[in-house]
Amino acid sequence: MKKRLQGLWCTLITLVLFTPSLCLAAGAKAAPVVIVADTRRLDGIMAWWANLYNESHLYFMLLTILIIPLTGVVFGVVADIIMNWIGIDLKNRELAEH
Amino acid sequence: MDWLYILMPIAGVKIFWPGLIILGIGVGIIGGFFGMGGAWMVTPGLNILGFPMAFAIGTDIAHMAGKSLISTMRHGKFGNVDYKLGLIMLVGTVVGFECGAQMVMWLERIGNVEKVVRWIYIALLFCIAWMVFHDVAMRARKQKAATARGEELDKTATGVEWHKTLHKIKIPPMVHLKESGIYCSAWLPIFVSFLTGWLAGILGIGGGLIRMPALIYMVGCPTHVAVGTDLFEVAISGLYGAGTYTMKGRTELVAAMVMLIGAAMGAQVGAVATKYIKGYGIRVAFGLAVIGCALSILMKLVQPWVPAYKALLDTSSTVLVLGLVSAMSLYIFVRMIAGVKEELRQKQQKI
Repeated sequence: MKKRLQGLWCTLITLVLFTPSLCLAAGAKAAPVVIVADTRRLDGIMAWWANLYNESHLYFMLLTILIIPLTGVVFGVVADIIMNWIGIDLKNRELAEH
Repeated sequence: MDWLYILMPIAGVKIFWPGLIILGIGVGIIGGFFGMGGAWMVTPGLNILGFPMAFAIGTDIAHMAGKSLISTMRHGKFGNVDYKLGLIMLVGTVVGFECGAQMVMWLERIGNVEKVVRWIYIALLFCIAWMVFHDVAMRARKQKAATARGEELDKTATGVEWHKTLHKIKIPPMVHLKESGIYCSAWLPIFVSFLTGWLAGILGIGGGLIRMPALIYMVGCPTHVAVGTDLFEVAISGLYGAGTYTMKGRTELVAAMVMLIGAAMGAQVGAVATKYIKGYGIRVAFGLAVIGCALSILMKLVQPWVPAYKALLDTSSTVLVLGLVSAMSLYIFVRMIAGVKEELRQKQQKI
């Protein structure tokens, strides 16, 4: 019984690893809609960003998913410093449901 | 007043940026406090600010990933995040979500499922609200009984204890979840996350609204740990969602970053507020938020029957959602400030 369950466990993990590709393969084909960013009114970093979007969605995506957590961590650390400076205890809390 | 507007490089629209920051603060506070992404609050807000719908969802998910990460970091320091449970649940969530999404596509080929899905959503939300308030009433009854006996109710005592029955199922492998204080079969969190992921996939939502109560009532997590662990899940799934939406070109990172400025502050306030508001305070506020969410959807659903009131119902729905966000954020903020003041006063007294 235990062996069978362990086998089932391994199968499930394998399934998790492959499910996204299986599902993507089974997905309905949607009509491709192309959105192009208008760079004429932009300059500097905004223009560079919009150009990156037009040139490669892959690089645009990679940068986006890098920037978001990085910003989150930076803001989190800054807030930590500020709250510690105020004097809030950020390491302990009383466990209570009432 | 042109400086108050920023041109979005991808969507090509000018947006009132202080509005983005205020929206970010509001959903940041609520998200950090309840442990959810809050797409049901952000999407109407972004629409009001003038965002095209195609970009509203992607932008919301992108900012949600960052905001949830900040909240997870904070909750993690309080010991509110059960990473082991979160990772186990990720398995069920991914499979469940994909199954749900595929099921919707299959149902779409048969007929129009949108209305059915919305009605299921309403039923589910009212069911969650009932569960929360039933639990609160049960605990109040236990408290009353304990007082009548001249005893004091245990601080960690809860009203409904369905999880205890589920913990009796001992199918290997068994896991010990330290932060949650649970010893159960690994299949329990997998099954629960599959169920919540499947529902989220069908309903087309992030799932925090369902997962948080499921973690409390089915898995048996203390409220604070349920909030923290759910945020950990939201952060990971949000990042995945941000990736896929961005790949489809539907994310406005500039707006997400501006929102993140507000959300970073809000998320900290929400997460720290859980330190000063006890578990049942969080549960009651969560129940109220769920009712507000259900009512706003109900207002949209009844529109075909009362076409004359369509505009009024649309406006009321938006006002309700944004009013709820403002009122709850304000309540959480005030409670957090009061808690911090009290903590600092006690510290000064010790010195």
